[in-house]
Amino acid sequence: MIRLQTAPIALDDLVLAVRGDGDGAVATFLGTVRNENEGRRVLWLEYEAYGGMAEREMERIAAEARSRHGVSRVAIVHRIGRLEIGEASVAIAVAAPHRAEALDATRFVIDTLKRTVPIWKREHFEGGSVWVGEAP
Amino acid sequence: MTLRVLYFASLKDRARAAEETVDVAAGTTVGGLWEELSRRHPGLAAFTARPLVACDKTYAAWETSLDGVQEVAFLPPFSGG
Repeated sequence: MIRLQTAPIALDDLVLAVRGDGDGAVATFLGTVRNENEGRRVLWLEYEAYGGMAEREMERIAAEARSRHGVSRVAIVHRIGRLEIGEASVAIAVAAPHRAEALDATRFVIDTLKRTVPIWKREHFEGGSVWVGEAP
Repeated sequence: MTLRVLYFASLKDRARAAEETVDVAAGTTVGGLWEELSRRHPGLAAFTARPLVACDKTYAAWETSLDGVQEVAFLPPFSGG
């Protein structure tokens, strides 16, 4: 399960998608919308993705997690559109025979996603908004 | 040849467009196209760092030739997650 979606993320869907009878562990990660950034109160976020390429890069990360960490299956779901404080912007689930591989691969997936997947967030605050990651 | 050019996030704001169609001469590179687009959209010229670029949804270098490419996307720094 690799996808972008506008609807809220249900973590259970990812867990069910990756879990297999040969797995002794499912590690999960949820990225959630925080109410402040760099001392500024955040009201809501807007996520934009390069559809088609973002999924392709997420597939690539999942394949690399399987080959490098020997995990069974990887699910990655990223929200796009408007997100409110506390909502999950990204969810990852990794199933593996043992916990160490599942935990390591989950960390690898989120760290790599932030670097290589074409997704952007715009922070909306009192009196304005800014695309995160670029100096104004 | 005709290309579809896509802009995202801050570059979309700078170009004041999400996409446009551009005619380029054979042999034009990604870097050459960017220079032309920066002349067309002064807002892009203010983006001093080279953005990442994808040709037909695959990362490409500044020197990559656009021959045979249908879609070029300019990608400002990512902030997903």
